[in-house]
Amino acid sequence: MIAYLGRRVIQSVLILLGVSLITFALLYLLPADPVRQIAGRSATPETVESIRRQLGLDQPFFIQYWHYLTSLLSGDLGRSYIQRSEVTELIVSRLPASLLLMVGAILCELAIGLTMGLLAAVRRGTATDQTLMVASFVGVSAPQFVVGLLLLYVFAVRLGWFPIGGYGTWRHLVLPSLTMGILGAGWYARMMRSSMIDVLCQDYMRTARAKGLARGAIIFRHALPNAILPVIAMIGIDIGIFMGGIVVVESVFGWPGIGQLAWQAIQRVDIPIIMGVTLVSAFAIVLGNLLADTVAPFIDPRIKLR
Amino acid sequence: MKKLLTSTVAVSALALMLGMTSVRAEDAVDPNAKQGGAITITYKDDVATLDPAIGYDWQNWSMIKSLFDGLMDYEPGTTNLRPDLAESYEIAPDGKTVTFKLRQGVKFHNGREMTADDVKYSLDRVTNPKTQSPGAGFFGSIKGHDDVAAGKAESLSGVTVVDPYTIKFELTRPDATFLHVMAINFSHVVPKEEVEKYGADFGKHPVGTGAFKFAEWTLGQRVVFERNPDYWHKGLPYLDKISFEIGQEPIVALLRLQKGEIDVLGDVIPPAKFQEVMADPEQKARVVEGGQLHTGYITMNTTMAPFDNVKVRQAVNMAINKDRIVQLINNRAVPANQPLPPSMPGYDKEFKGYPYDVAKAKALLAEAGHPDGFDTQLFAMNTDPNPRIAQAIQQDLAAVGIKASIQSLAQANVIAAGGDKAGAPMIWSGGMAWIADFPDPSNFYGPILGCAGAVPGGWNWSWYCNKDLDAKAAEADSIVDPAKSGERAKMWSAIYRKIMEDAPWAPVFNEQRFTMKSARMGGADNLYVDPVHIPINYDNVYVTDVQ
Repeated sequence: MIAYLGRRVIQSVLILLGVSLITFALLYLLPADPVRQIAGRSATPETVESIRRQLGLDQPFFIQYWHYLTSLLSGDLGRSYIQRSEVTELIVSRLPASLLLMVGAILCELAIGLTMGLLAAVRRGTATDQTLMVASFVGVSAPQFVVGLLLLYVFAVRLGWFPIGGYGTWRHLVLPSLTMGILGAGWYARMMRSSMIDVLCQDYMRTARAKGLARGAIIFRHALPNAILPVIAMIGIDIGIFMGGIVVVESVFGWPGIGQLAWQAIQRVDIPIIMGVTLVSAFAIVLGNLLADTVAPFIDPRIKLR
Repeated sequence: MKKLLTSTVAVSALALMLGMTSVRAEDAVDPNAKQGGAITITYKDDVATLDPAIGYDWQNWSMIKSLFDGLMDYEPGTTNLRPDLAESYEIAPDGKTVTFKLRQGVKFHNGREMTADDVKYSLDRVTNPKTQSPGAGFFGSIKGHDDVAAGKAESLSGVTVVDPYTIKFELTRPDATFLHVMAINFSHVVPKEEVEKYGADFGKHPVGTGAFKFAEWTLGQRVVFERNPDYWHKGLPYLDKISFEIGQEPIVALLRLQKGEIDVLGDVIPPAKFQEVMADPEQKARVVEGGQLHTGYITMNTTMAPFDNVKVRQAVNMAINKDRIVQLINNRAVPANQPLPPSMPGYDKEFKGYPYDVAKAKALLAEAGHPDGFDTQLFAMNTDPNPRIAQAIQQDLAAVGIKASIQSLAQANVIAAGGDKAGAPMIWSGGMAWIADFPDPSNFYGPILGCAGAVPGGWNWSWYCNKDLDAKAAEADSIVDPAKSGERAKMWSAIYRKIMEDAPWAPVFNEQRFTMKSARMGGADNLYVDPVHIPINYDNVYVTDVQ
């Protein structure tokens, strides 16, 4: 177990190093000169060179990368080229909002997805099953930008139940969480359905029915706990999809998280922020996968760690 | 409007009477305005910084103007220069020495009085390479600038504090734009002790002398300004508080404005909704339209074949159907025929430019040895509406036989391609186009059409360099006598006429501004399309629903 964990942690660190190297190289190769952006359009060539020297951007690639890595170890992600603030501060100030949205989204996707999957499984082959599966398909494929704007228009503008974007109260959280959750709910509905059908076909289910247990008891006491666990273990892997989604959803709803920060930085080619957010997201994804894999055997003893 | 006009006349008349001295006439407070109330303005993007030495985008430009002041400023809603923190100024007959008398009793938001030492400190700071100011280049005519820029000196030798309320500038050459430079944000006055306290984070803790003082900044959510009760201009500002809400998509912001939740759209009215808004009389009544100091143009790289041939460049000028492009963006612009926008001094009303004439364009191409046209590339920024405009240009060029492939890229990449001599044959400037730093005709020349900008990494993307025009430009800018400003404007008109003859650009349109506000906002329309305050002049607007 400990050896397995150790191995996985080393693997994760290597993955993060790889991500940092690739991102750094891609941003280095971008045909855009950040120094020119900082220096402005009326700068003399001397000013431009002076800024380049101060930022260390006149150094060869590997030296720049090495400087970045060494300051990263002390938690320093550099300063934004445009905002001139510390990237760490910018990310830290926005992380709580993104985490809150993540919790909201996970609650939404589980609540919607698991219910849909359960219903489809027990009504297998009926019109309900088919309708739910089509709905889950739509949920998976609908672009979040469109879903977000639709929800906003219907529930905030027309009905006035929720505020039109922004951040602060639980009412602000509902629509963005729902937008994020609808995508995940589609996946969970499909996984829950097959997991549940799998369990319902087991011998012990037939035994339970033979004992004369009520249908509700069979489903909720015996089938559900067995079917739900492998599905829940997927949450860790969800983080990857989630990190992609927040860029869009946070922008639509004006949600002050790191997705919005990333989107603005990409538009302004603010390289230190793009680097920082990429690394933080990669870290979250690697951590999520690690947790999912570590927790899996506790939930389902048939899975063995090797 | 009439009031503004009178005070302009007063300043000019005084300038004439005293030879080269000008003092500020106090402008009256709007009699309809009520003091108090708070407004909310939305923006999509984070505010980058509120440091006047650093901030250089259209979003923080106006915010900084409300927190800080400079020696000079413009009358609200106009492009007329007037003294601001200075009470008066005097230009020596040779035009190389300018002395400012400062207003007494002006206090920073931290309570300390502002003096000439602060002015000097602020200019030393902005020109120091360590500050990495994008505006350092504006101060090139001050004596000692080159030494500071090169890191050889810490202080501008040409700026002398005569006494706490008098500051003297020595220039290396007479510079007609100098007073404008004293009005741009980069020369705004900052208190040394606060800059030293916050270091690189001063832009997040701004302290100035302006009408509003900084109250709150929640990263990614909001920036709040409060009224400066000790503002030296008595009676201003009218508003008690301004909240800038950050991270709001323009389309969401419009929905909120329609519901009355916010007061001004910081970003533009979303293009997809523009016609809908303008078709509704109630909403249209709350949209203020005005010109801005902007020109959108196509650059042609004059060092690359076939654009090294003036006939080819003239042919492109005649091939572009500007009216159709203006329609394409819902008439949010007016067709342009010269580099300067119509609201800029020096704009030549008589000049007609190149007509839209496909047959003549084809004939010119044939004369230039390209009867069947040629293949080329057109670079454009990849955000709407620029790809659509680029496609319209592509179609127009195809009609005369020029096959242009479109390179639609992120802003920084287009800028990089333009600054590379072999990078881009043609660029559509939309999204990166020149919006003037100050309302003076010279501002459209140096970096974008003069030899100084035709360097690697520069902004002269047509790589047009006419030494003769550079000399004429220098001559025009040495006329500092305000009485001769008409003569100077004429010289600049002649320079731009010659440029249009050489046709390094095809000017396409001048963007109009459309500012949308809530029904409770008050103040003259020109405050909502102020040429130097985008989107609005925060110091002079008010709300009508306060008691």
